[in-house]
Amino acid sequence: MSNWIDIAALNDIPLRGARVVKSRVGCVAVFRTAEDKVFAIDDKCPHEKGPLSEGIVHGTAVTCPLHNWVIDLETGMARGADEGRVNTYEIKVEDGRILLDGARLLARSAA
Amino acid sequence: MASGRMLEELFELAPDTYDVTLFGAEPRGNYNRIMLSPVLAGDKTYEEIVTHDADWYRDNGVDCRFGEAIVKIDRKKKQVISTSGATDYDKLVIATGSASFFIPVAGNDLPGVIGFRDLDDVEAMLAAAKKPNGRAVIIGGGLLGLEAAAALNEQGMSVTVLHLMGHLMERQLDPAAGYLLQKELERRGIRVICNAHTNAIVGTDRVEAVLLEDQSTHPADIVVMAAGIRPETRLGIDAGLHTERGIVVSDGMQTSDPDILALGECVEHDGVVYGLVAPLYDMAKVLARTLTDEVAAFKAPEVSTKLKVTGVDLFSVGDFGEEYEEIVFRDPAQGVYKRITLHEDRIVGLVMYGDTRDSSWFFDKLKTHEDISEIRGTLIFGSAGQGIDPLAAVAAMSDNSEICGCNGVCKGTIVTAINGGATDLGAIRAVTKASASCGSCTGLVEQVLSSTLGDDFILPAASGICACTDLSHADIRRVIKSRSLKTIPALMQEAGWKTSCGCHVCRPALNYYMIAEWPLEYADDLQSRFVNERNHANIQKDGTYSVVPRMWGGMTTPTELRAIADAAEKYKVPTIHVTGGQRIDLLGVQRQDLPEMWADLNAAGMVSGHAYSKGLRTVKTCVGTDHCRFGTQDSTGLGIQLEKMLWGSWTPHKVKLAVSGCPRNCAEATCKDLGVICVDSGYEVSVAGAAGMELKQTEALAKVETEAEVLDLAAAFIQLYREHAAYLDRPYKWVAKVGLDWVIERVVDDLENRAALCERFEISQSVYRADPWAKQATPEFQANKWAALADLTLEAAE
Ligand code: SRM
Ligand SMILES: Cc1cc2nc3c(=O)[nH]c(=O)nc-3n(C[C@H](O)[C@H](O)[C@H](O)COP(=O)(O)OP(=O)(O)OC[C@H]3O[C@@H](n4cnc5c(N)ncnc54)[C@H](O)[C@@H]3O)c2cc1C
Ligand code: SF4
Ligand code: FES
Repeated sequence: MSNWIDIAALNDIPLRGARVVKSRVGCVAVFRTAEDKVFAIDDKCPHEKGPLSEGIVHGTAVTCPLHNWVIDLETGMARGADEGRVNTYEIKVEDGRILLDGARLLARSAA
Repeated sequence: MASGRMLEELFELAPDTYDVTLFGAEPRGNYNRIMLSPVLAGDKTYEEIVTHDADWYRDNGVDCRFGEAIVKIDRKKKQVISTSGATDYDKLVIATGSASFFIPVAGNDLPGVIGFRDLDDVEAMLAAAKKPNGRAVIIGGGLLGLEAAAALNEQGMSVTVLHLMGHLMERQLDPAAGYLLQKELERRGIRVICNAHTNAIVGTDRVEAVLLEDQSTHPADIVVMAAGIRPETRLGIDAGLHTERGIVVSDGMQTSDPDILALGECVEHDGVVYGLVAPLYDMAKVLARTLTDEVAAFKAPEVSTKLKVTGVDLFSVGDFGEEYEEIVFRDPAQGVYKRITLHEDRIVGLVMYGDTRDSSWFFDKLKTHEDISEIRGTLIFGSAGQGIDPLAAVAAMSDNSEICGCNGVCKGTIVTAINGGATDLGAIRAVTKASASCGSCTGLVEQVLSSTLGDDFILPAASGICACTDLSHADIRRVIKSRSLKTIPALMQEAGWKTSCGCHVCRPALNYYMIAEWPLEYADDLQSRFVNERNHANIQKDGTYSVVPRMWGGMTTPTELRAIADAAEKYKVPTIHVTGGQRIDLLGVQRQDLPEMWADLNAAGMVSGHAYSKGLRTVKTCVGTDHCRFGTQDSTGLGIQLEKMLWGSWTPHKVKLAVSGCPRNCAEATCKDLGVICVDSGYEVSVAGAAGMELKQTEALAKVETEAEVLDLAAAFIQLYREHAAYLDRPYKWVAKVGLDWVIERVVDDLENRAALCERFEISQSVYRADPWAKQATPEFQANKWAALADLTLEAAE
């Protein structure tokens, strides 16, 4: 069951940028691409936990600010030769508002 | 429009099943609404766009009640209430369309503020256009707004488009295509302002001007609201039908009341509301079948967009944003841009600008989910490009086809040069100038070489700054300058970028080049900056930051030290280190504490030390004549002056200076980007040193007698570096490439040029000599950048 939570307006995130949503399972980075697509993934690089929300966003990928791994926002997978994956979360935009699926984020235990 | 189409379908299927009464709020029958744009432009008349005239309605026995709006539906009695009373129904079809959305600002109801929806709107606009020197402001740079803008411009009005987003038609186009479109409209004399936030519409009896948030005023005789449409759902809501954004319908177009059906822009099907005609025609087919008790289901179609502006070729469809993979084609000379997005070897999206001839060929592949893996290499060239290899295509070009758009060089000229002995790229450039300007035709020139010389020429691998381009840093800087390109999307288009918005390698470089070339016009793009420069602090391995306040020339005071100590305690800084740059580094600061800490340091008179920037870092000094028994000049004072002049400037890589009071050189001036050694007779200025990954002593630039000359030399040297070096080349690397003599000529010998460099540096510094901490410690940045977007830890668990 999804549980859509209105978290912010689309314009609260800069184009080609990200902001962070705090949750019980850690920070989630919410990205907005050049074409106004939004994506939500864990704000923790699979390499050494770099804050992905601070990376440079290009196309539908982000480059980690610490050692330049490129993470695909759609799949959460590292691109190219690097191997690793972060969690992705369901997210959508309706009438300029961003809705994040809280099903896993509001879970009682931080599993 | 949907009602007309639905009745056609119905009368064809079952002519006599229903007695039809048609209510319409407009005082006229059905016409082709999408052709209102050509009517506005004067290319068509209203009569030409009528789709169903009085004869048609009479022949089909439709009781027409035009100019009579329905005000209420009484579901219990199965009646509709209009201005002339109640009418019974067995089945009711709602096709109320949409209404123009009037943005909620003061003055939006003034006379002269017009929507763009029906013939009355068009007539109001045409009346205004009759007035000489009339001015129109269009709010909204989407499909409707731009068609209105182009048409009113055609009608002789002076037109301004105010668009809220960063580029035109952002829902259909990506920034590159938006840029081309804007360029074309501007060429026609239409003013386009993006990122335009409307604050108010002002006027006493009627509209006079539109006021933006940036306080600019745009005079207007009419304001056209084209900021969107809202489904006309009021009847549905009042009648208690299930309504979300539109009146919700089933696959068979039935609302939550099975005797009430709906179609067109007022409905929502499967979560989607449509704003184009193609889906409405499908809905009309389905609805007519449902009315005759056939089973039919509406399936969400792919909808494509075309802009109906004469001379603008533009096509967009599908999911061009989700770029699983993309193929981009740009022909800067022709103003052509095409982008295909692919997922698992199938086309999922398409944007075309400037050349839309193959749009249906691509669209067909998209709709049928055709596997394109076999033709992937030549896909972007469209139907004509299939089966042709690029070399053969070049061989087939006529001698008169233009290869180099910048210098107007045709293929024949290049072939002649090759036959005359110019057998490599450098020689071709020297003889014909082909590819010597923007360089974007370099690949083509090489293909001509290859096809003319055969095996004697080996095509070189691309040498671009990253995978997005084949251009070098120098090429890019040249294109920016020669074509006056002032935005990153503009550059990417003109220089044929192979990706839609670059990558982490090229974007920071482009952002720097724009800043360096257009200091007064270009708006720094924070999203193209590496984290340290975006957050004005150095990121650490654990995601915390380090904070280094500036200590001018390495000097400090008890007050500053106290403020640093207080900040360290208040924000629980785990590590304090005295840096090699003569100042203090507070390491391990939490991101959210940065702005407050900066505000505290600002309050004590301290500013950012830019320990994170590709810009001026430190100017180290020794204690000089003030205290030292060997000091010859005021090295400390000079260092502080240099730092106050240079701080805040952005450079291709970091820049460090030092001033030593005597040749004992305690400030280590001879391993800096620019070093000054004070001697009895003046100052020895040297440049291009380093003590990082490479250890290199500086080389003498000049010896001068006054502090003022030192300051000028420093400004001129750094400006020359700013204007010419490749991004991420430290000065010592750049000087090695251009030669020290070349630098001395421009900075030392040619006094006029030195003064010009200093002046350009000052112009740039008038913008950038400012503390970024003070700017980002404001409440505005607190809410929009530093605070979390949302905090779900406080939200109740499920
Ligand atoms: C803090 C400091 C070390 C210290 O505690 O003393 C330091 C720390 C870093 N240096 Fe440095 N450098 C520091 C003085 C130096 C010096 C000495 C100097 O400036 O006199 C040098 C050699 C001189 C030179 O630059 O030529 C130096 C040569 C480098 C280099 C190599 C540059 C090169 O062109 O070879 C790098 C790497 C780079 O910039 O690409 C570097 C990069 C770094 C970075 C920014 C690495 C990074 O990207 O995270 C370190 C940041 C730590 C942090 O979070 O604060 N640091 N670094 C010094 C800060 C000076 C300041 O007050 O701003
Ligand atoms: C200028 C312009 C250009 C366009 N260009 C294109 C294009 O190029 N391509 C494209 O695909 N689409 C285009 N569109 C959109 C297209 O016109 C619409 O999608 C289409 O008209 C919608 O049809 P509809 O029947 O749902 O609504 P409409 O055509 O708006 O018909 C609804 C009718 O219902 C009437 N009505 C509303 N409420 C009541 C009531 N309570 N009682 C009685 N009557 C009522 C309205 O007055 C209106 O006449 C354009 C639209 C405009 C305005
Ligand atoms: S020397 Fe290396 S480890 Fe030490 S601060 Fe400089 S970059 Fe970091
Ligand atoms: S932590 Fe992300 S690349 Fe190293």
